[in-house]
Amino acid sequence: MQRIGVFVCHCGSNIAATVDVKKVVEMAAREPSVVHAEDYPYMCSEAGQAKIAQAVAEKGLTGIVVCSCSPRMHEATFRKAAERAGINPFMVEIANIREHCSWIHKNIEEGTEKAIILARAAIAKVNLNAPLFPGESRVTKRALVIGGGIAGIQSALDIADAGYEVDIVEKTPSIGGRMAQLDKTFPTLDCSACILTPKMVEAAAHEKIRIYTYSEVEKISGFVGDFTVDIRKKARSIDATKCTGCGVCQEKCHSKKSLSEFNRGLGTRSAIYTPFAQAIPNVPVIDREACIKFKTGKCGVCAKVCAAGAIDYEQKDEIITEKYGAIVVATGFDTIKLDKYDEYAYNQSKDVITSLELERVMNAAGPTKGHLERLSDGKHPEHIVFVQCVGSRCSDERGKPYCSKICCMYTAKHAMLIRDKYPDVKVTVFYIDVRTPGKNFDEFYRRAVEEYGVNYIKGQVGKVAPQPDGSLLVQASDLLDNKQIKLKADMVVLATAIEPDPSVRPLATMLTASIDTNNFLTEAHPKLRPVESPTAGIFLSGVCQGPKDIPETVAQAGAAAVKAIGLLAKDKLTTNPCTAKADELLCNGCSTCANVCPYGAISYETKLINDHGIREDRRVAVVNNALCQGCGACTVACPSGAMDLQGFSNRQIIAEVDAICR
Amino acid sequence: MPVNEKTGEFTPKIVAFCCNWCSYAGADLAGSSRLAYPAEVKIIRVPCSCRVNPMFILRAFEKGADGVIICGCHPGDCHYSTGNYYARRRMTLLFSMLDYLGVESGRTRVEWVSAAEGVKFSTTMNEFAAKIHELGPNVRLEDLRCKNN
Amino acid sequence: MQEQLINRAKELLADGTVVRVLGWRRGDMDYNPEVAYFNSADELNDFVYNGFCGANLSKYMIEASKLEGRTLVFLKPCDTYSFNQLLTEHRVDRDKAYIIGVGCRGKLDIEKIKAQGITGITGITGTPDAVKVSTIYGDFDIACKDIRLERCHVCKGKEHRVYDELIGESADTRDADRMAGVEAIEAMSPEEKFAFFRAELSKCIRCNACRNVCPACSCRKCVFDSTKFDSAQKANTTSFEEKMFHIIRAFHVAGRCTDCGECSRVCPQGIPLHLFNRKFIKDINELYGDYQAGESADQRAPLVSYTFEDAEPGIVSERGSK
Repeated sequence: MQRIGVFVCHCGSNIAATVDVKKVVEMAAREPSVVHAEDYPYMCSEAGQAKIAQAVAEKGLTGIVVCSCSPRMHEATFRKAAERAGINPFMVEIANIREHCSWIHKNIEEGTEKAIILARAAIAKVNLNAPLFPGESRVTKRALVIGGGIAGIQSALDIADAGYEVDIVEKTPSIGGRMAQLDKTFPTLDCSACILTPKMVEAAAHEKIRIYTYSEVEKISGFVGDFTVDIRKKARSIDATKCTGCGVCQEKCHSKKSLSEFNRGLGTRSAIYTPFAQAIPNVPVIDREACIKFKTGKCGVCAKVCAAGAIDYEQKDEIITEKYGAIVVATGFDTIKLDKYDEYAYNQSKDVITSLELERVMNAAGPTKGHLERLSDGKHPEHIVFVQCVGSRCSDERGKPYCSKICCMYTAKHAMLIRDKYPDVKVTVFYIDVRTPGKNFDEFYRRAVEEYGVNYIKGQVGKVAPQPDGSLLVQASDLLDNKQIKLKADMVVLATAIEPDPSVRPLATMLTASIDTNNFLTEAHPKLRPVESPTAGIFLSGVCQGPKDIPETVAQAGAAAVKAIGLLAKDKLTTNPCTAKADELLCNGCSTCANVCPYGAISYETKLINDHGIREDRRVAVVNNALCQGCGACTVACPSGAMDLQGFSNRQIIAEVDAICR
Repeated sequence: MPVNEKTGEFTPKIVAFCCNWCSYAGADLAGSSRLAYPAEVKIIRVPCSCRVNPMFILRAFEKGADGVIICGCHPGDCHYSTGNYYARRRMTLLFSMLDYLGVESGRTRVEWVSAAEGVKFSTTMNEFAAKIHELGPNVRLEDLRCKNN
Repeated sequence: MQEQLINRAKELLADGTVVRVLGWRRGDMDYNPEVAYFNSADELNDFVYNGFCGANLSKYMIEASKLEGRTLVFLKPCDTYSFNQLLTEHRVDRDKAYIIGVGCRGKLDIEKIKAQGITGITGITGTPDAVKVSTIYGDFDIACKDIRLERCHVCKGKEHRVYDELIGESADTRDADRMAGVEAIEAMSPEEKFAFFRAELSKCIRCNACRNVCPACSCRKCVFDSTKFDSAQKANTTSFEEKMFHIIRAFHVAGRCTDCGECSRVCPQGIPLHLFNRKFIKDINELYGDYQAGESADQRAPLVSYTFEDAEPGIVSERGSK
């Protein structure tokens, strides 16, 4: 039996004006287990809190009910007061007789009656409260950043600058990501590489940052503050400690026909290669599928020409196991496959390309050395047609329902750059809407139209048909003039929808991080916690969370870093004790609870259970208190009632229901 | 049947389960904005609408409640990201079952109320209480076979 | 087929594939076989498989999964759905079961024979299509289709969903609309609905037979027996309780109930309990897409899934009482 003290606050006249406080005290005192009841003008004041301490000391209270304002206001205050008085803080319940009572009921009889009932409900609940103790878990002061694009680099730099160790895992041979593939950036037209490479160098040189390129995350276990991660460092076939990055091996390599991933398949590379000139690390990789030595056992020219003796054909994949306190996901995006869009003739004509491919074409290091030319015959184009929203804002299953957000701006950029460099080339853009929210964005788009004479047509392209003379016939609708038009073009550029990099799906499973129907990682709250995953300790950086441009990506990367730093700065994590708990004797081990847990907090163990003398091995649910956030979804899903929520237990809520309906 | 001793009028018992993050805060906002609703409504705070077990609702009816309303964050805004989705399916099926048993469907309701929607909280409670007044005392969920009336 | 089953069971016992057999044993009458374990070839002489072997053996595999060695279990097509559902919920161990998918052409309901005014039954023998009922007053020939269990009129099909081997022919005996009973109630006025269920549930004696036989009600301890929920009253303390019991029981198996019909089959009071389960099944199918629990062992149950566009609970009032 509890010994409960009830403290009724007047809140000046806020409560006392429409609730007869004395009557509430009188009625509360009659409730079972209530051994003390009093009222006070301001319970939250120092003097009010002292009343609690005094009553605890004099009457040996084990539970406290404060009838006052909303628990959202002062629950923490009274819990601390209880703790100071020597009572477990979770033995305190608040009856909200201000916001939910005195402020909305003008009739004092009504208000008083309701306040009494609310007090009874709180008393009934406290009767069943049990002391709860926040747990503690340690924090490994190292962060993992998955993905080495601009998002990952920025997050890593920010975390490292705060003094914490960071590892970047990048699946390709170099960091840099999509931004490294871009030619210029909107709306300032800076050279992308020029602003990215200093960041790459800074990351590589940072004493707190380790970079694992050509590596993938293979296994993740643990939880916030204490993740254990296996990283597979794929065999590069090069001893990175010996390689000087001279590049002779790449020149001499006999296999030069592989399509360059960096150039989006528009050019070729050698079997031993670095993806691009500024790659970091500047250590090549042997593509074992393409290498003659690996295919036939003959060749070995790279080993012969390598003065440093860095070539190692015997190198094997290596698994590195490391502990981390926080994980930043920055897996970025790719463009969608266009296989289902036959109408654009992407697979039929070399002169129909995606915007990302155009970036490579425009780039001085690209397949055409930066000259704008048709990829089919190398001729200078006279007319280029851009098609917006290819697969974006798409209602059928071929594309994506969302706006890819960056296409309007980069298309304006492309159009402007082409018109600037080649004033003789005619540029037409087909669009559904032009979306230019962002600093200096609309101005930029208007310059493309007004200063550079880019022809924008509102309408959708229905078909691109390659013609016998090598040109492309573009059939489209002009929605403003309400007519069908046919244009002859030399090149067609498709603003292809972006989607999360496919690697994010298995990664999300490993992280137990939730993912939406479009494979974007879900944020903990769409407005208030946009850079955190609902799974504690996982932070979201860049396009893995949703489409965004470079400045937004960098901003989010910084925000994710700050959240990670906030976590790493703690020596220990205090866990919310209002977590779910499974009664092993009742648990069926049916997995229903784990199916509804948004945090992956429930796992199953086979344990020897002594059920009233019957000893047997049973599969039972185990809740990880560091992960559980206390939503209670599992408690209702559980058919046997084995799963209960501490602080909001079945019996506590039922007691409140009974008190209200009595 | 709960009757006001003075007026002889039916004063229903209404239980409102409110999630801590949105609806309970919405009720707080209704309070601080002085947006009145009937005192018949009593709020029970739960962490999330997904914490509301159908047994709690039936228990309330068993103990004499005339109406039960569950409020949570709007779909897509759940503090725990998915709780209200599960609550939505559970409550849809439960309410449909109660309707199937001949219990007036107006006695149960789910409403999504955000922390910013004090007005909606108040309006919803006013509407719901009016509906319960219209339906009258809950007799269907008490078995009448042992009673003489 | 019975001899075939016995012979195969003896073989599997003899070659050590299984250490016991879970099946049906001859009762005191032809129409009341009981569920039993058989540990030897001798014991199998009492094994029976006939039109009255309606009992679904899936649930017994929960206990059998804890025993040493493999158990041979005979499952009819509809029983395999329950077994799959139990697999999904980790309640049975597939490796501990050797499943013979046994042919079924519909099972019979003795109550329906008695309802024809036949008394003093001494024996029942039969072909797949008709039975001969011997009584102290003489013999009667009855067509099987007239005395099938309710669930066989809405047969889920003749396919076994999980098995190690198959013996015997099955037939799809469906000749009625599964949801007709639910729809008839939905069409009633609230007053009629209430009157209907009050009449039915008033018969309930809380014997818990429905719960005990149900393969989905497989909790080690039911919430209605548990002190954890403040609901532990086997006897009704208020007149509301049997309503609460049946609503919660149906809710707890919603999305997990395979509609095996055992609850209605065993209810000593003849309460059509399947009408609760089918109401949930109908709502789930209509609101969240067709779903058959136990169809495979790797499905995600409707109550642990969601979509952003799910119907709001208000749809119940909008649809209105038909």
